[in-house]
Amino acid sequence: MGKTLVQKIFDSHLKTEPFEGTKVLNLDVVMCHEITTPIAIADLEWRGKDRVFDPTKIKAVIDHVTPSKDTKSAVQAKILREWARRHDIKDFFDIGQNGVCHAIFPEKGFIRPGYTIIMGDSHTCTHGAFGAFAAGVGTTDLEVGILKGVCAFRQPETIRVNISGSRSKGVFAKDIILEVIRQLTVNGATDRVIEFRGEVIDAMTMEERMTVTNMAIEAGGTSGICMPDEVTLDYLWPFIAEEYNNDRSAALNAFKAWWSDKDAEYAQVLDIDITNLEPVTTVGFKPDQVKKLSEVSGTRVDQVYIGSCTNGRISDLREAAAMAKGHRLADTVRGIVAPATTEIYRQAMNEGLLDTLMEAGFCITNATCGACLGMSNGVLAPDEVCASTTNRNFNGRMGKGGTVHLMSPAAAVAAGIKGELCDPRSLMK
Amino acid sequence: MKSFGGKVLFLNRSDINTDEIIPAKYLTEVKKEALGPHMLEDLKLDGFDPQSDRTAAASVIVTRQNFGCGSSREHAPWALEVNGITVVIAENYARIFRQNMFNCGMLAIELDAAAIDSLFSLADADVKCAVDIDKKELTFTSPAGNQTISFSVAPFDEALVRAGGWVEYADNNL
Repeated sequence: MGKTLVQKIFDSHLKTEPFEGTKVLNLDVVMCHEITTPIAIADLEWRGKDRVFDPTKIKAVIDHVTPSKDTKSAVQAKILREWARRHDIKDFFDIGQNGVCHAIFPEKGFIRPGYTIIMGDSHTCTHGAFGAFAAGVGTTDLEVGILKGVCAFRQPETIRVNISGSRSKGVFAKDIILEVIRQLTVNGATDRVIEFRGEVIDAMTMEERMTVTNMAIEAGGTSGICMPDEVTLDYLWPFIAEEYNNDRSAALNAFKAWWSDKDAEYAQVLDIDITNLEPVTTVGFKPDQVKKLSEVSGTRVDQVYIGSCTNGRISDLREAAAMAKGHRLADTVRGIVAPATTEIYRQAMNEGLLDTLMEAGFCITNATCGACLGMSNGVLAPDEVCASTTNRNFNGRMGKGGTVHLMSPAAAVAAGIKGELCDPRSLMK
Repeated sequence: MKSFGGKVLFLNRSDINTDEIIPAKYLTEVKKEALGPHMLEDLKLDGFDPQSDRTAAASVIVTRQNFGCGSSREHAPWALEVNGITVVIAENYARIFRQNMFNCGMLAIELDAAAIDSLFSLADADVKCAVDIDKKELTFTSPAGNQTISFSVAPFDEALVRAGGWVEYADNNL
């Protein structure tokens, strides 16, 4: 019987199996940010084990609260910064060059098909878009990862989601993943990896695939994963051409060796035809509560937020700017754009996207996780409503008493223009 | 090994997420003790009553499905631990939260829906839960009498609990 991509990664990275079903894997990359890492660092120091397994395999960024907003967040940043220096972690990104972890680490070319990756952040599943096994973990797993370069997992089963059909106008990667989560529910993929397949995924850019895999955790998934193909290769080529002696076909063959075998066994197969899918959003406080925007149009919006590891990349800003062009935000709406990385910020500036968004009334902030989890840069007041491109609509997530509706960048901008949720197709040229 | 058992706090809801257990605005704390007063703070938002009067004395949480979903923050089990809660009993968990519990040497016990239902039938009274990790038995004491329920825990997770957590286990065994 054949193997899934994830089984192949588990087999190739297995260090030991201390108990049946528990696999301790060797890690290729351990990623760190300033919220969940400082306590791991402090604990290692307290244990007299302030070491790292391999500084070249550790990547670190200050992204959740940057620039620091108060003494406590400044201390967190300082702990991470000094630790990175102390251990000669060269891939460390601070103010002036930083960005949201799951946007900047792919941008720097750190991800490869077949890699094992952990981070103290649930949206680590994003990196599965490259055909890697990438899982969010807690601080203790992170601490052991930093010290020993390993992490223990129950071997996850795989759910194969085949996405077919043609995309209607106004339907983006965000709409597609929200539809998948609606069907799987918030714990339908717990202890499982979601393998995203089918013609719709094949035709997606890497940025779109990252939007899809990013939200696998919202269905409970250990990771989301895509087969590494020519699209993956095009994205990674500037970083790997030398490794493969400029031989693209050799690289592609190496990528394809990771693909799930044709006779691999799946725990579940879900076929979704998106031909009739319309632009959607979430209602309520769980990400599987998804409705057509046409069904909830008219709901008042106080804030629009464009950003995050889900939808803060350059293609997202292009979609947002295309919708904003020639329009103004409603007088009652505040608009915030947080490009996901410093590089995306510059690119958006050079392309004139920021001008377009500012003319429409948006405020542009630096790259940060900020408002997505209600830490800074756009926290809601009680009873306020945000049309947001982020990934969680949990009660209080963006500020106590506030409500978040998740949607694509185009739909969020459209809501800002009208001052209420609306079907974005009504404003599309 | 940590100590387990004591008064039970019943949380009669599924999908309680880690933002509700400890909101993100407290994640700038670098001392676990500072999380204590904010445990379950955002669980009150939806008109849900986390029985705050019982929270202070509780050592065990009994709840429904998918407990601890959402953010990977280990601050969630830490917030429980600094409040003296080292056992959660639920139908099932989000993966990262469950692993974080065992990684901290705490217990995330899964019981089937019927057993959880039977526990919730006791929820109006003061209930105590004793945990026997050798026999894998939970004994619930309430005005209705005693009820003993067997549980299972994966061998690796038990090893973590007995070692006191994942760092200790990894240190000794890897």
